[in-house]
Amino acid sequence: MPFPIQNPRLLLTPRHLPFPPNPISLPPKPFLRPLSSAPSPSPQTLDAIPSSSPPPPPSSSSSILSIRESLLSRRTKAAELAAEYLDRLRRAEPRVRSFLHVSDAAMREAEDVDRRVERGEEVGPLAGVLVGVKDNICTADMPSTGGSRILEGYRPAFDATAVRRLREAGAIVIGKTNLDEFGMGSTTERSGFQVTTNPWDSSRVPGGSSGGSAAAVSSRQCVASLGSDTGGSVRQPASFCGVVGLKPTYGRVSRFGLMAYASSLDVIGCFGSSVVDAAIILSAIAGHDRLDATSSKHEVPDYASLLVSLDFLDSKPLKGLKIGVIQETLGDGVDGGVISSVRSAASHLEQLGALVTEVSLPSFSLGLPAYYILASSEASSNLSRYDGVRYGKQAAAEELSFLYGDSRANGLGHEVKMRILMGTYALSAGYYDAYYKRAQQVRTLVKKNFNEALNEHDILITPGAPSAAYKIGEKTEDPLAMYAGDIMTVNVNLAGLPALVVPCGFVEGGAAGLPVGLQLIGSPFSEEKLLRVGHIFEQTLQDFRFVPPFLTES
Amino acid sequence: MALIVFRGGFRTNHLLLRRTFLFSARRDSSLLCTIQQHHQRSRYNVRAESLQATESKTSSKSIQMATKELVEKKTRGYEAIIGIETHVQLSTITKAFCSCPYTYGSQPNTTICPICMGLPGTLPVLNSKVVEFAVRLGLALNCELSVASKFDRKQYFYPDLPKGYQISQFDIPIARKGYVDVDLPVEFGGGHRRFGITRVHMEEDAGKLLHSESESYSQVDLNRAGVPLLEIVSEPDMRSGIEAAEYAAELQRLVRYLGVSNGNMQEGSLRCDVNVSVRPIGQLEFGTKVEIKNMNSFSAMNRAIDYEISRQIQLHNKGQVDQIVQETRLWDEGTQKTFTMRKKEGLADYRYFPEPDLPEVVLTKDFIDQIRQSLPELPEEKRRRYENLGLSMQDVLFLANDSSVADFFDATLENGADVKLAANWIMGDIAAYMKNEKLSINELKLTPQELSELIASIKNGTISGKIGKEILTELISKGGTVKQLIEEKDLVQIVDPAAIEALVDKVIAANPKQLQQYRAGKTKLQGFFAGQVMKESKGKANPVLLNKILAEKLNCPS
Repeated sequence: MPFPIQNPRLLLTPRHLPFPPNPISLPPKPFLRPLSSAPSPSPQTLDAIPSSSPPPPPSSSSSILSIRESLLSRRTKAAELAAEYLDRLRRAEPRVRSFLHVSDAAMREAEDVDRRVERGEEVGPLAGVLVGVKDNICTADMPSTGGSRILEGYRPAFDATAVRRLREAGAIVIGKTNLDEFGMGSTTERSGFQVTTNPWDSSRVPGGSSGGSAAAVSSRQCVASLGSDTGGSVRQPASFCGVVGLKPTYGRVSRFGLMAYASSLDVIGCFGSSVVDAAIILSAIAGHDRLDATSSKHEVPDYASLLVSLDFLDSKPLKGLKIGVIQETLGDGVDGGVISSVRSAASHLEQLGALVTEVSLPSFSLGLPAYYILASSEASSNLSRYDGVRYGKQAAAEELSFLYGDSRANGLGHEVKMRILMGTYALSAGYYDAYYKRAQQVRTLVKKNFNEALNEHDILITPGAPSAAYKIGEKTEDPLAMYAGDIMTVNVNLAGLPALVVPCGFVEGGAAGLPVGLQLIGSPFSEEKLLRVGHIFEQTLQDFRFVPPFLTES
Repeated sequence: MALIVFRGGFRTNHLLLRRTFLFSARRDSSLLCTIQQHHQRSRYNVRAESLQATESKTSSKSIQMATKELVEKKTRGYEAIIGIETHVQLSTITKAFCSCPYTYGSQPNTTICPICMGLPGTLPVLNSKVVEFAVRLGLALNCELSVASKFDRKQYFYPDLPKGYQISQFDIPIARKGYVDVDLPVEFGGGHRRFGITRVHMEEDAGKLLHSESESYSQVDLNRAGVPLLEIVSEPDMRSGIEAAEYAAELQRLVRYLGVSNGNMQEGSLRCDVNVSVRPIGQLEFGTKVEIKNMNSFSAMNRAIDYEISRQIQLHNKGQVDQIVQETRLWDEGTQKTFTMRKKEGLADYRYFPEPDLPEVVLTKDFIDQIRQSLPELPEEKRRRYENLGLSMQDVLFLANDSSVADFFDATLENGADVKLAANWIMGDIAAYMKNEKLSINELKLTPQELSELIASIKNGTISGKIGKEILTELISKGGTVKQLIEEKDLVQIVDPAAIEALVDKVIAANPKQLQQYRAGKTKLQGFFAGQVMKESKGKANPVLLNKILAEKLNCPS
């Protein structure tokens, strides 16, 4: 089965330049609209890159760019592409179980793209790109359950802003992906409907809560996907599944249409099989939204157009870049294989010219308990609306209190109820100061520590998770062990920072090893920098192929 | 069906209803009302005879005394402590956190959207008008404004609360530490009071439950969910029902003057929850407080509170203080009593925490200054100004009660009218007309310009007071100018003695029998002759001249 994404560097065309360096390859068609404006004369604003190098066209192993190329050059039809993805989706689904709902409109939408291309109409930068959407993100034409039985069959009246923007950019939503109920979990085992498996080893979890979105991209059931990240729900499953996962700055992407778990921490993020794909998706979904008062008015750059192909970089493209390895993330409780993967990633970055030093974040270990208090507190409030009165499953009851009690008892899962109870407790009179207020103080401290570390370093790195994917059922009886797995990611949410996870290596496990992710953390709204470093890292990591073996077996 | 009919009624009569409400402050309060109507009528009668208003204060004084004595007698040895929480529904075009409109009386669930329904994934976005209105009221209540305030979530389950929490303000309200000045009605002994305002905060309203009468179900109407409210909490500064009612009436005036709410109690745009406790005079700590709800007029507030005070005092007197418990009582208009709605079982824990979906509200100095400069003259300032014009407190309170009446009055004065005469016309014939026709002063065809013209025409003798009243009715209902009406209808007063004499001669000649009787001693027939002459002159004869000439003619046969 051919993959559109394999060997992607061969497909690269510097289409972004008004004067392509290699004019022989696929000259632009008259209707071809550049993905972005021409890059600035010296887009390598990373201090490391010598300004004398020629203006580099963006290039990467991008599936999205390949699709665009083949559609616009009319080598492929969107309908063929959709058929191919739908076929692969259906074949992988019995094994991976990443989707809760598959769109029945995808083919029709793809044919529509083809018609527009044929007519020479302009098509958006994501035309024909099949995107999976986490099921806690509202879609108007599909059910959106948040992975909860209490919303079984619920169909929202509107698209989430992020989904609307994807569609406006031409993307086709292929389906809704599985998750831990309302995002509460780190394994996708806590879905009210099904357990998603890890594409690298079906006896293992894909991570969570956006496990469905990560597994779907990993097994190429879709080109890219949306997830949500409250405490690591994009980055940890990206680590486990060997895909790129991006958690933008808090407020970078509108939360409108995302079923709230912990509003002050929730962010919509994305998955791709390459950094460029994540960058293109982010460009499409980022920006201020008048329906979300916490969305930022910070300008949205064209992230992908600023990415630099290795061909145009010298041998030390990261020269001068200061990278801090967070000491506390490479110690006790972290898998040895993960530590060595991250250490070799660090030396790899050093070889690329970066100045890598260790940095200590004294508040690091405080973040986890503070996170679970704040997230649970907000969740206890955000989930009050699931009462069975206006929508969702309503229990038959004679009295109001039973209607509430039974609807929630039957509709909500164990983990969700546990967090509602914890949050309710933390906010109760007499306990507020000891828990909620204290956790807020810790949050302030975590922010301060990150600020200090980011004043001295351009980027901080940590593992994406303390271990590779573990076995299904391994931690279901021990919630604290599962919570401990979020240690690498929760602090970033507390501080509202952007972070990117890129696959950086493997540890032993499964048939072909298990992927390990490297987390890059930056200052607020420094996604651009993270994506560029991630992109350079990704391109120079030629020894690894992050495609699950089952895809090439068949 | 009933609902639809109801709504239809509202639609067609919308304007009419609104007009009615303009006077609701007075109309509602039947206690106030009885007395005031009495005053107005007597004043009206007095003016009907002559336009010199002579107020008979004797009757009102006796009522005052009676009321005061009654209250004093009842509360002897005890002191009531009253604090009030008032919810004012803001008349913004859209709701607090979404772009739905809100119109009272709309068909259930027609002014709702995913946001105010609390559908999954929706987020609140603050309507900036709510902040503006809160600042307006905060300034008008002489409050300190919080330069940075925030929203919090107040959490409880109820079917009319779609999100399971109400967005409110908890520990940092937008305004606090203010006060309001009130003039008590003359018939209640008068007097000026200053009541403290603890805080003003912004929040959203909940929906409504429609309980089925025959069946065992309730329906949820979310039209009102998310409508912006300001909650105003007073200091426990009130001591009697009338003080509390006047405090609430002043808040109503304020929100109407400021244009932030229609302040309508029947529609629930102004809702007061009253806390009442009683303690022996001299005791420092407060007694157990009881909350009273369900009073939909100021008069009801007054009566409910006075009832509750005497109920509590009775329990004190009977040595049953322990039967005063912390509870919510409802006022029942039928029995004129309060009764227990629910006892408070411990303190409700609303688990407030900062609303993470909304950024904090930061007020800039410019914003506050701009609003401060745009504030209208407030009721208290207006009352002091009118008082300085030499008007009686009764007049002052009437004129300043409604800003549009006050504006009309002021405009009439600007056109040069005499203060007292303008006040009398407005409070007499014009107010009576407005009341009967259920119109607001702005809906009358009469302009302040013409009222001052009318007053001037009477004063300079162009027309008589009687003709003046006729013209006024015409001006109010049909419009036009005084000059034009006088000319059209040839209403200029006849002051020429020769002309009047001619009329008198004519009437005397036409009634020889009556003349004979008069001259035979039946002198009260002069009235008959005067009436006939007036009729002959179509009411235009100057009555003083007429009577003078008539008397001469009757008594001195020529």
